[in-house]
Amino acid sequence: MTQPNRLNGGLIDHETRLKFIFDGKDYYGHPGDTLASALLANGVRLMGRSFKYHRPRGPLTAGSEEPNALVELRGGNRQEPNTRATTAELYDGLFAKSQNRFPSLAFDAMAINDRFSNFLTAGFYYKTFMWPAAFWEKIYEPIIRKAAGLGALSMRADPDEYDKGFRHCDLLITGAGPSGLMAALTAGRGGAEVILADEDFEMGGRLNAETLAINDAPARDWVVAALAELSSLPNVRLMPRTTVIGAFDHGIYGAVERVSDHLKTPAEGKPRQILWRIYTQKTLLCAGATERPIAFENNDRPGIMLASALRTYANRFAATPARRVAVFTNNDDGHRTARDLHAQGVKIAAVVDTRPDAQSSSDYEVLKGAQVIDSKGRLGLTFAEVKLADGSTRTIECGALGVSGGWNPNVHLTCHQRGRPTWNDDLAAFVPGDTLPPGLSVAGAANGSFSTHGALKSGAEAAKKALGLKGRLPKTPQAEDAPVSQTPFWYVEGCARAWLDQQNDVTVKDVKLSHQEGFRSVEHLKRYTTLGMATDQGKTSNLGGLAIMAELAGKSIPEVGTTIFRPPYTPVPIGTFGGRMRGMEFHPTRLTPSHFWAKERGAVFVEVGNWLRAQWFPIEGETHWRQSVDREVRQTRASVGVCDCTTLGKIDVQGTDAATFLNKIYCNGFAKLAVGKTRYGLMLREDGIAMDDGTAGRLAEDHFVVTTTTANAIKVYQHMEFVRQCLFPDLDVQLISTTEAWAQYAVAGPNSRKLLQKIVDPAFDISNDAFPFMACGNITVCGGLRARLFRISFSGELAFEIAVPSRYGDALMRKLMSEGEEFDVIPYGTEALGVMRIEKGHAAGNELNGTTTALNLGMGRMVSKAKDSIGSKLSERDGLNEDDALKQVGIKPLNPAEKITAGGHLMAADGPVDASHDQGYVTSAAFSPTLDHMIGLGFLKNGGDRLGEKMRLVSPVTDLTVEVEIVSAHFVDPEGERLRA
Amino acid sequence: MHDLAPITALGGTEPRIDTVAGVTLTEKPGLALASIAARHGKEAACRKHLKALLGSVPEPGKAKLRDPEAGFWMGPDFWMIGAPFDSHEDLAAQLVKRFGTSASVTEQTDAWAAFDLQGDGMEAVMELCCNLDIRQMQTGDAQRTSIHHLGCYVIRRDPTDWVRILGPRSSAGSLHHALHTAMKAAL
Amino acid sequence: MIINHPLLGPRDSAEFVYMGDAALIDRPDPDTASPEDWHDYAYLRDNPAGEHRELWFHEGGDRSWLVVTRNTVTHEISKVELARDVARARGRST
Repeated sequence: MTQPNRLNGGLIDHETRLKFIFDGKDYYGHPGDTLASALLANGVRLMGRSFKYHRPRGPLTAGSEEPNALVELRGGNRQEPNTRATTAELYDGLFAKSQNRFPSLAFDAMAINDRFSNFLTAGFYYKTFMWPAAFWEKIYEPIIRKAAGLGALSMRADPDEYDKGFRHCDLLITGAGPSGLMAALTAGRGGAEVILADEDFEMGGRLNAETLAINDAPARDWVVAALAELSSLPNVRLMPRTTVIGAFDHGIYGAVERVSDHLKTPAEGKPRQILWRIYTQKTLLCAGATERPIAFENNDRPGIMLASALRTYANRFAATPARRVAVFTNNDDGHRTARDLHAQGVKIAAVVDTRPDAQSSSDYEVLKGAQVIDSKGRLGLTFAEVKLADGSTRTIECGALGVSGGWNPNVHLTCHQRGRPTWNDDLAAFVPGDTLPPGLSVAGAANGSFSTHGALKSGAEAAKKALGLKGRLPKTPQAEDAPVSQTPFWYVEGCARAWLDQQNDVTVKDVKLSHQEGFRSVEHLKRYTTLGMATDQGKTSNLGGLAIMAELAGKSIPEVGTTIFRPPYTPVPIGTFGGRMRGMEFHPTRLTPSHFWAKERGAVFVEVGNWLRAQWFPIEGETHWRQSVDREVRQTRASVGVCDCTTLGKIDVQGTDAATFLNKIYCNGFAKLAVGKTRYGLMLREDGIAMDDGTAGRLAEDHFVVTTTTANAIKVYQHMEFVRQCLFPDLDVQLISTTEAWAQYAVAGPNSRKLLQKIVDPAFDISNDAFPFMACGNITVCGGLRARLFRISFSGELAFEIAVPSRYGDALMRKLMSEGEEFDVIPYGTEALGVMRIEKGHAAGNELNGTTTALNLGMGRMVSKAKDSIGSKLSERDGLNEDDALKQVGIKPLNPAEKITAGGHLMAADGPVDASHDQGYVTSAAFSPTLDHMIGLGFLKNGGDRLGEKMRLVSPVTDLTVEVEIVSAHFVDPEGERLRA
Repeated sequence: MHDLAPITALGGTEPRIDTVAGVTLTEKPGLALASIAARHGKEAACRKHLKALLGSVPEPGKAKLRDPEAGFWMGPDFWMIGAPFDSHEDLAAQLVKRFGTSASVTEQTDAWAAFDLQGDGMEAVMELCCNLDIRQMQTGDAQRTSIHHLGCYVIRRDPTDWVRILGPRSSAGSLHHALHTAMKAAL
Repeated sequence: MIINHPLLGPRDSAEFVYMGDAALIDRPDPDTASPEDWHDYAYLRDNPAGEHRELWFHEGGDRSWLVVTRNTVTHEISKVELARDVARARGRST
C-alpha cells in the first residue's frame, strides 16, 4: 500500500508509520499528520456528504475553521460525531467513519435531495411544513428529525473523564504564530507570568505551513529556537492543543486543552480534555487570519479548497489532494500557493487570477482577468471551467483547485463582549474594532498585519505595551514584508448553486432569495438562511454572504454590518463543560458520624441535600420498608430509639448581644430564656412568611446554640450574617457554624433517660427534676468526654439530644447500642423520624413550604408584639390574617383502610370538586403504626374551628377521593405528658 | 479518661496516606482547632492576646505558622487557632481562659478534616482543584477556596511544596476523592 | 466576573452569593415606618440598566457581605465596600 499523494519534507516523521481505518479501509500515515492530511496523501479527497443536499465533500481548509470534512471519530462508546478531520491528530489505530451518507460515501441515496434543491432553499421548513397542523407530530417532525444533524452519537455513556482547572497569568497570548511567539519572547524575557496557548498540536502558526525565511533561514528554525527559549523560562507556560474559546468578564478566559485526543485512549487517571479557566491581567489575541473562498458554480467539489490550505498540506504535511492542481485567486497570496506546490513537484495546471494586471510566472501559466465559473467531477474535482479575459471559456484538467479570496483577521474573541469589528478598505476585511474586551489587545494578522515582518513586530510591540515593559524591544527578525495586494472579488456573476456556507449548505441563491423575500437585517439573513449557524460559525462563509447582501441592497459591507461572534470559538464537547461533575461526583457527599456504623448495620440511605442519612434499618425477615419503619416507631415509643440528627444545622451564637440578636431573627422572644434552657424558635422572612424553625439553647448568658433544619442550614446562616452585618452592624454578636463539629443523636422513648444515665457521667443529674423538659447543658460522658445534652423532642416522647465531638460519634453510637441492649434499643432512620413527627403534629419542610405564616402553622400568637423581629411587621398584614386563613390540622380517613396522600386537596363533603371550592390541602401523610391507620397534616381554611368536620380528600390527578375527618394535628399525646415525663 | 475510640474523618482508625508520582496526600487527624472572634469594642484586647499567643496577628489572607499554636485569618476580627490534638484537645477551653471576654471562642476541632498535600507536583494538582493562584502563594499564605464545591482553607507551609487543606469533615471522603483524582490526573 | 474584595483583593464571583439591591440595608424603622414603607422595602427593587448597588455574600470566602457597585450593562465594577461599613454609614448603628 502506498500513499500516492505523499510529498517530501514537511513536519511529519516519514520513517514512522501509523495505521488507521477510514470507512472500513486500511491506510497509513505518519506522526505529524492530521486525519485529513493522511487521507489526502492516500489519494482520498472525498470525506463526507453535505448537510442538506448530501453533496460529496472534501476538506476546504487545513484547520479548525473546517466546514466539510467532519467525521465520526473512534468507535464504540467513544464514538464522537462531527469531528473535524483537519484537526484530528493521527495516531496508530485511529478509526473513523464518514457521516451523513447511506449506504456509502460514494453512493448516497439521500443525494436525491440535490436534484430537488429548488425545494430546499432558504426558509424551506417555514414554507413547506405549514399545514395541516396535525401533520406536524406524525409526519413532518419524524422526517425532519431523521434528516437533521450529521453524525450519530454512540448512545452510550462516555467512558472518558474531563477535568476543570484554573490558571493565572499576567499575559495570556492566544495563538503561537509569528506574532504570538514574538509577544511571548518579549513578555517572557521581561519576567511576566505568561501563558501561550495554541489550538494546534504544533506551535508556530502559519510559519509551520510556509516556505518563508526568517533571518535568512527556514522560518521553522526560528520557531524551534523560540519555543526552546520559551520552554526554558519558568515564568512562561506553553499550552499547545489548547483553544481559547471565550473572553469573559474581567480577564477570565475559557480554554480547552485536548490532553488525550491524540491518543487512542487517555492514560490511566488522565482526563481526555481540561476546561481551563484562565485569570489574566492582559490578553494578546494573536489568532491569525482565515482565508476566504470565492463563490462560483459547483465550488464545493472535493479537491476544491482554500489556496492556503493546499499550501499547508504540501508544506507542513507533505500531502497534496492531486498531482495536477490549479489556483483561483484575486490576490498575490494565491500565487504563493502555486510557487510552493510547483517547488514540491506538483504540476500547476494554471493560476486563474481575476486581476488583469496579475503577476506572471515562468513556471506555469497565469490566466489574468479570468474566473473559474464552474467545476466538474462526480465525487471529486476533474475539470475547472474558466472564463478568460476575452470572454471565451476554457476547461482545465486538475484534481485540486486552490481558491483565495483574501484573508479575514480572526477577530472572534474581540467580539465576545459585544465589541463590533470595523471595516478596513485596504484589506477588504473586518479588523478588530475599538471596543475590545478590557485588557485585550490584538497583534499580527488578527489585527490586519498580514506580512511576517508585520506580525513579528506587532507581537513584540503589543506585548510591551500591554505589560508596560520598560527597555528595548527584542530585535525584530528579518522577514518578508509584502503589502496586501488584492482586488475584492466575492462571487462569480450569474452563479446560483455556488456555496457560501458549505456546512449548512447555503448558496448564493439562498442569500439572494432571502433578500428578495424582504430580509434586510444581517441577523435575519443569518437565521433565515442559516448562513454561519453551523458549528464552524461561518468562519469561511460569513463575509461572502455579507458582500452579496451588500451588493443587492446597494450598500457597502460595513453598512450591512456583521452578526456577532459568541463563545465558544470552536465546538466543545459537552463532557468538557461537565468536567468531573457526573454521577456520584455531581456534588460532594456529606456523611454523618454514624455513617460507617449504619452501613455495617445494613441501613438504607437517602439523600437529603448533600447528606446521606439512614432512612431505615432493616432487620432479618423484613422484606418491605414499612415493616422496618413501623417497627422502629413502635419500638421507640415503647422503649427507646436512637437517631442520628447531626445533619441539623448548628450555629454558635456568642456575644453580649446574643439574646438581642436572637430576638431579631426569631419572631418569638429569647431575651428572657434562662441559661440551661432551650426554646423552640420560628424564623420569618421579612415578608412575614415562615422561613425556618429550630431550637436555641442557652449555654451561658452570652452563648446560644441555634439549630436549623437540615435543608436550610446554609441559607439560615447566610441570613443571620445578613442581619448581623447589614441590619444591626454594631451588635456584639459572633456567629460560626458548628454543624460538622458535633455528632448529635436523638435518644427518644420512655427508656431514653435510663439509657443515658448509663452513659452520662454521674456528676450530672439528668433526672426530670434536675434536667426537665427543654433543659440543656454541657456535660461529660463515658468517663470524661465533653458533651452537650438537650432535652428536646421531635418524636413527642421523652427524649434527649446528645452531642459529642464528631470523631467520637461512631463510638458513642456503638456505646448507646450496647448499653441499650437491656432496653431493646433500636436505631431509627429518617422515615420513622418523619412518621413520629407527623403523629406529633410537628411542622417540617412540607409545612414550612415558603407560602405559610406563623398563623397558618398554628403559631400566630408566638409572633411577639412586644419587640421588633424580622418579618413581624409584615406578618400583621390584613391579607395574611383573614378570618378564613389556612390553619394546620390533622386529617384521618373515616375508613381506616383508606389512604391519605400528600398533595391532595380538601373539599366539602358534598358539592363540586374544583379550584373555586378548594378548602385546603394535605402537606404530609404517613401510616401511623401507633394508630394503625394513615394520618395526614395539612392546611384548611379556618381549620382550627373545624375539628370533627367530615370532608373529602381529592386528588384528581391520581383519581383519588377519600372521606376524611378533620382532627387535631397532635395525634399522639396531645397534652405532652410523655415528653415531660 | 473516657473509653470512646475516635475515628478519622475518612472513617479509619489510622490516617490515610496516598502517594502518586512523588506527591503525598496525608490525612491529618492530630489537629485541634478553635475559632476566635473578637467581641465588639474589644478588638484591640483580642489582638493583644492573639499577638501574645502567636507572636503576631495574622492579617487577611495570612497564617502564622508556629508551634505549638498556629493561626490564620478567617474573616474580619475572626481567626482560627490550631494546635496539636494530643496536647491541646481542650484548646477551646484553654483559649477561653486566655482571651477572657475579649473574644468568643468556639471549638472547631471536628468541624474540619485536614489533609497535607506535599511534593514536587503539588502546584499542578492544586490547579485542577481550585482557583487559587497557587504559584504566587507564599509560605504563610492562607486562603479560603472551593474544592469540589467544598469551602476549604488552603495554607502554604514550609517547605513550599507543601499545602495543608482544611475541608468540612462530613465531606472528607468527597474531598479526599477530589484531591486524589486530581493527583492522578495532574501527575 | 471578578470582585475586588476590600480585604482579600480580586476574587472570582463564583465564590459569592448574590442577593440584589443593596437597598435591603435600609430596613424601615419599626417604630415609625408605615405599612407602605414596609411594602416598598419587601417588594420593590430598582432594576437599572447601568450602575447598581448590590449585595454579595462571600460565602466561599470570609463570609463578609459586600456592597458592590456594578454596571449591569457592561459588568464593570466601580466600587466594593464592606456592607457593615455601609450599614454604619447609613445610620444603622444602634
